[in-house]
Amino acid sequence: MQKTLIHDLGKFINWLPQIFSRPENTKMYYKETIRQMYDIGIGSLPIVFIISLFIGAVTAIQFSYQLSGTLIPPYYIGYIVRDMMIIELSSTFTCLVLAGKVGSTMAAEIGGMRQKEHIDAMEIMGVNTSAYLVMPKIIAALLIVPVLVTVSALIGIGGGYFAAVNVSGFSDAEFTRGLRSFFVPLYVNMMYIKSIVFAFILVTVACYQGYFVTGGSVELGKASTRAVVFGDILILVADLLIAVVFMAS
Amino acid sequence: MIIAKDITKSFDIQEVLKGISFTFEKGKTNLIIGKSGAGKTVLLKILVGLLQPSTGTVYYDDIDICSINKQQLRELRMQIGMLFQGNALFDSMTIEENIRFPMDMFTKESIQEKRNRVNYCLERVSLEGINNKYPSEISGGMQKRVGIARSIVLSPKYLFCDEPNSGLDPKTAITIDELISSITKDNEITTIINTHDMNSVMEIGENICFLDQGEIAWQGHKDEVLENENPKLQEFIFASPFLQKLRSRALNAG
Repeated sequence: MQKTLIHDLGKFINWLPQIFSRPENTKMYYKETIRQMYDIGIGSLPIVFIISLFIGAVTAIQFSYQLSGTLIPPYYIGYIVRDMMIIELSSTFTCLVLAGKVGSTMAAEIGGMRQKEHIDAMEIMGVNTSAYLVMPKIIAALLIVPVLVTVSALIGIGGGYFAAVNVSGFSDAEFTRGLRSFFVPLYVNMMYIKSIVFAFILVTVACYQGYFVTGGSVELGKASTRAVVFGDILILVADLLIAVVFMAS
Repeated sequence: MIIAKDITKSFDIQEVLKGISFTFEKGKTNLIIGKSGAGKTVLLKILVGLLQPSTGTVYYDDIDICSINKQQLRELRMQIGMLFQGNALFDSMTIEENIRFPMDMFTKESIQEKRNRVNYCLERVSLEGINNKYPSEISGGMQKRVGIARSIVLSPKYLFCDEPNSGLDPKTAITIDELISSITKDNEITTIINTHDMNSVMEIGENICFLDQGEIAWQGHKDEVLENENPKLQEFIFASPFLQKLRSRALNAG
């Protein structure tokens, strides 16, 4: 197990320079990037919308319960929901969901191409398949995931507002005052840095699993699962490291 | 011309190829034949550079492909066309997009020029008018022909075919053989076909390399197949009693 992990890590690091080599035809890479942006962005909007709405609402309801009967001012509910969404929930939850939805799709797509000899066919044509199949996905994810995370944060805050006002009995003014209080711009930077790092992780891990798949459909299924599991674990590890670095600075 | 020189290949302790040396000649249909597990596909993958040999080397004219870097190999591969056993057509693309893909990637021609070239290649394989269909909408034989059209779209100097007749009825298989043979002659290219189809051997085998357990057991021309006394080749080619009868009749008839 340990040997396999070290072997995979070495193979992964060796593979990365091949991904970032010069494209054979920029136009083809551009077209593929746009297609991927559409798939990742538009394709993931509904799930991101639903999850963020519920997370924001649940956060508001849970914290309003914790705040009741304390001396903490009620308007803090807006402040808590906002910072929870910006600092942690929008970026982490969105990327964990994307690792499941987009990551497994990418692993299956590239793995299927490997099994049907599409990758060999492209290699024989002279195409750098590592670059053509992976680089557009990375660029698309780096561009679109921060947008999805922003949408998630806004929807989450909206969900929190809805729940705080309609379920927990806070007033509109209290929630809005909380939203406007103690704003730290650094947290927004942190959200974007997290979303970029997580996007890179989820795409490269998924593509690696698909690109090097061997065997048949059972192995392809396993590779897809590994893409999600390793992607999720690495996102959480990166989350911890980023939190430590930011909070220490 | 492609020259394989002292090629060996091992996977862990299993030696799949044992010192293969063979010259695949230009303008001829060169066949690699042998039983399943003889090492044909491994040899083909080494010839196109998808696998590295354990020892030995492969020359494309004067270029040693085992000692060039990845970028040089990619440039060389633009002169290679390959027909895969499973066709390897991209399911999400139309037939035209499939054939055009290498041109889109490597040429700066206008869309009209590319379309003309696609139409020419489709005409060459007798499949005019199916540009907008998807691979799943055409038959296996048609897919093979589209695969051939894609492999010749950049006018390659070297054409590789992995089991071009697998899964096809005898008549369609003959059509594919004739097509590959005529493309080879018309364009003076080096064609290497990996097959165990006996019809292909007897129809288009101009330079045959017979592999048995990772070694070359026989080499020669299709006309020499009937008369040769190599027991391994005889066992392979005339495996069925029906073919054995045909052979003895042919020999008796002189």
